[in-house]
Amino acid sequence: MKLPADLPAGAASRADRGLAIRLRRRAAEVVALSEFFAVYGSLINFAGLNALLALSLYVPLSAGQLSLGNAAFAGIGAYVSALLTMRLNVPFPMSVAAGGCLAAAVAMAIGAPVLRIKGIFLAMATLAFGEVVRICAVNLSITGGAEGLIGIPNKTTAVMIYGALAATAYFLTALRWSQTGWSFASIREDETAAMVMGINTTRYKNVAFILGAFIAGIAGGLYAHLNFIITPAEFGFSAEVQLLIYNIVGGTRSVFGPIVGALILTAIPEALRAAGVTAGPLRLGVNGLILLLVILYLPNGLSSLFAKKR
Amino acid sequence: MISGMLLEFEKISRSFGGVRALSGVSFGVQAATIHGLIGPNGSGKTTLMNVVSGLSGADAGRLLFDGRPIHRLRPHRIAALGVARTFQNIRLFSGMSCLENVIAGQHLMGARPLFQRLFRLRSANLAEMKSLADARACLSKAGIAGRESAPAGSLSYGERRRLEIARAMALKPRLLLLDEPIAGMRLREIEEMESLFRSLVASGVTILLIEHNMPFVMRLCHSITVLHFGETVMTGTPGEVAEHPEVIEAYLGGKGERNEG
Repeated sequence: MKLPADLPAGAASRADRGLAIRLRRRAAEVVALSEFFAVYGSLINFAGLNALLALSLYVPLSAGQLSLGNAAFAGIGAYVSALLTMRLNVPFPMSVAAGGCLAAAVAMAIGAPVLRIKGIFLAMATLAFGEVVRICAVNLSITGGAEGLIGIPNKTTAVMIYGALAATAYFLTALRWSQTGWSFASIREDETAAMVMGINTTRYKNVAFILGAFIAGIAGGLYAHLNFIITPAEFGFSAEVQLLIYNIVGGTRSVFGPIVGALILTAIPEALRAAGVTAGPLRLGVNGLILLLVILYLPNGLSSLFAKKR
Repeated sequence: MISGMLLEFEKISRSFGGVRALSGVSFGVQAATIHGLIGPNGSGKTTLMNVVSGLSGADAGRLLFDGRPIHRLRPHRIAALGVARTFQNIRLFSGMSCLENVIAGQHLMGARPLFQRLFRLRSANLAEMKSLADARACLSKAGIAGRESAPAGSLSYGERRRLEIARAMALKPRLLLLDEPIAGMRLREIEEMESLFRSLVASGVTILLIEHNMPFVMRLCHSITVLHFGETVMTGTPGEVAEHPEVIEAYLGGKGERNEG
């Protein structure tokens, strides 16, 4: 620290003391922040990943397609990218991108037959697909069986997760007000009316399905490189339902609904733990209660609380 | 192809299980006219409209639009040729506002490419402004300009029908299929619709219309086709149709009374 030469000595020491106090305060803040991150870093990361996964399901939901296969697409992305980095030393960004692309390719292959069916039957078919993926992961030797893949290099950072989340949210917002987004919304509202308006419903349903799978695949790749270990069970039915709950609680009328839903529902159990509620079932019960209240009183989700009243 | 025919049915047949909804229906719709489709309930009018818009395939026969066979095309391809429609049991996007319904109906206008929106190009804004102005014009032509931001689900019955017509007009159709467009409307609304349809036809649009309100049909239509049990009884001017004994027997009722449908 350089002081101006013409300052009297007393003034200099006073300035020094002031600076020292400020520095100490700042250091305390940094320590507090880094302690906070050390304690809650993994929570912050997982909340971001859950939000990204919730968005991956939001895309088909916004086109009226109830898909229960997105956890499986995340699993495909996770396994593919983990295997590429571990076995072939593919650079991390490329392996994550490859995981997303492969998930999208699988979605393209199964979308054509599966998207011909509607509503609850589509949900069942995609659920069955998810089980097929899980069973494949359990039984193949390359995926490490039921024990999963161990020793995935830790490369994912919070910045990457939230960068991906921000980019996805921006893209989906632009998409919402584009021709594609209007087509999704039209199909969701009334598929027959959408058809006679000139919307190629088959094509747009497939686009939504594939785009959702791609986002899920990316999220899966990021998850694998955050976690050291991935197992087939993590991408099963309960993970899938969890994504659906994020969307229901947050609401699917805007891009921010699923993000809000995922962040809140991931944070609440931890917040309750910090508040001294240590019984696990109780903490999950609070999430269940929130889901119930939202279904009963906010059919368009928590995000409708912030939407302007018409 | 007979000159001036925009739409030609050639022996169109359609069965549902054992029921022959349409058998060998043949007639033509002159360009820039209003063509009425009348007949008792279950005579196949809506099925015929579904065949035109591609929602229901024809088992046999040919359907020509502007000289081009369209009976094997999927609905969105037919719409792309310039065919728009409304539904008897109104199919609005009830979760959207009135303006949003019409905006959704502008799909084929291609005003909102993703790429432009993603990079916030100036052209995206200009195209957006233009299509918004178009959408507002459709609403005001249909007489519901004041309800722009009202949710479609909150409209009255007559307003819903008008909104559906506004949404169909957003496609800038050459052929407009209207399935009972004035059902449930009040007299003043009917008069407004009448002048709307006349002005559309004056601007070159062709209208194929199903309607049970006989005075309205007789007043408005240039030509009328009568269907009965899936067969064409006759096609002719309103005057000819009103005179035809079989029509009076089949549709208007034995003593010439109006049949409520």
